[in-house]
Amino acid sequence: MKDFRYLSAVSTLVLHAELCVGCGSCALVCPHQVFAVREKKATIIDLDGCMECGACALNCPVSAISVTPGVGCASYIIQTWIKGKDAVIECC
Amino acid sequence: MTEITTSNNASGCGKSGMTGLPPLPMFQPEPDNVPCCGTPPGPPASADERPGYRLCAFVERFVETPVGMTPQVKTSLGLGDWLGSLRARLGVSRDRYRIAPGLYSVGAACADSAVLVTANYKLSFDALRRELAGIDAWILVLDTRGVNVWCAAGKKTFGTDEVVRQVQRARLEKVVSHRQLILPQLGAPGVAAHLVRKACGFTLVWGPIRARDLKEFLATDRQATAVMRQLTFTMAERVVLIPVEISLIVKPSLWILPALFVLSAVSPHFSLALVWQRGRDLTTAFGAGVVSGAVLTPILLPWLPWRSFYLKGLLTGLIGGLAVVVGRRAVGWDALAMVLFCMAVSSYAAMNFTGATPYASPSGVEKEMRRGLPAQVAAMLSSVVLWVGGQFWF
Repeated sequence: MKDFRYLSAVSTLVLHAELCVGCGSCALVCPHQVFAVREKKATIIDLDGCMECGACALNCPVSAISVTPGVGCASYIIQTWIKGKDAVIECC
Repeated sequence: MTEITTSNNASGCGKSGMTGLPPLPMFQPEPDNVPCCGTPPGPPASADERPGYRLCAFVERFVETPVGMTPQVKTSLGLGDWLGSLRARLGVSRDRYRIAPGLYSVGAACADSAVLVTANYKLSFDALRRELAGIDAWILVLDTRGVNVWCAAGKKTFGTDEVVRQVQRARLEKVVSHRQLILPQLGAPGVAAHLVRKACGFTLVWGPIRARDLKEFLATDRQATAVMRQLTFTMAERVVLIPVEISLIVKPSLWILPALFVLSAVSPHFSLALVWQRGRDLTTAFGAGVVSGAVLTPILLPWLPWRSFYLKGLLTGLIGGLAVVVGRRAVGWDALAMVLFCMAVSSYAAMNFTGATPYASPSGVEKEMRRGLPAQVAAMLSSVVLWVGGQFWF
């Protein structure tokens, strides 16, 4: 996957290191190896690799990670622009 | 020649042989174990058949478990499975390609066999079971409404609540003596391991991304290697997505194509021959745009410059548009209009491919759309102005 890189500096991923307990769940579930655990704390080693799937945030037992997860699909996003974020959207 | 008996002819259907005359060549008597009308009867109803249910071809047999009879599935795919996969890949009734959620078994599953969790999209289920030859395991199928694991996890139908619900519905605690579930890693956007454990007492183990790594994963103490946890997007993985991308364009094409002919009819030199010729020119440019954006862009993805898909699509659209202009021998403003039209279509189709890739982030897609959509609309409008205006002004 290192052959494929998407836009830089767009990810909404934020790690609140002070809350981290170093369990390593985020590093385990991330499909793009965005995290590493160093000295019992998770750290973001590749922010631009993040595709905002939300696996890390959901699996963090102390809610130390926040990210706006979503569907990276153009027609889906167009429909949210037209119908609003909460509308029922048929896609993919 | 078969000896004719009347044993199978109780229904009274006459056979030429019954008259005692030599049979006519066109009325060959059939073997005596075959009734006279139609094809021979098939086997009797299976003991597993139930009124109102249909047996699935992927079920080998039903086996006794502590929670009743459970289907044991085959680990090889039959012709029907391959045809089903083909249809789903082509986008034909893809959203109805699903199996019943619940508990299945593979091999001689017993109380300490692993429990593998998957989606009820038949393509996902098939991808899993075909990798399980020689393995004894349980498969717990979630109701993801016929959507694959990763997309369903994004929609939360492959989710924490659904895992808990299916574990309880299957009465899994009576089936297995351990308390462990193996989930594909790509289910993680929908399932919180710590919450599943709290809700039903089962511990989650994140398995490999691809089902083909499961055998090794199970054999090596359920430890996924770094490679098993890394996504790939190989040529084959990209190409297989192309038909669905095209199938999504078929529906809007039903009104786009007539509109192209209407546009081509606006001319002071109106004639049916002209409409036909210009309509075909524009249709070809549209088709080239679809091919450039939805076929060439996915294939050439790693080699096309720029990270934004709309730019990649503009480039392939430029190449496709120039090819059309040469092929259709278009000149002047018409040629420019055709190239711009092809570029707009290609760029839009390429931008839509972001949703099928395993690496585009929604924030990134939104960012590129804020630039891409205006560019596409501008190209499209200039194309229409040149196409129609060229007929009046030049």
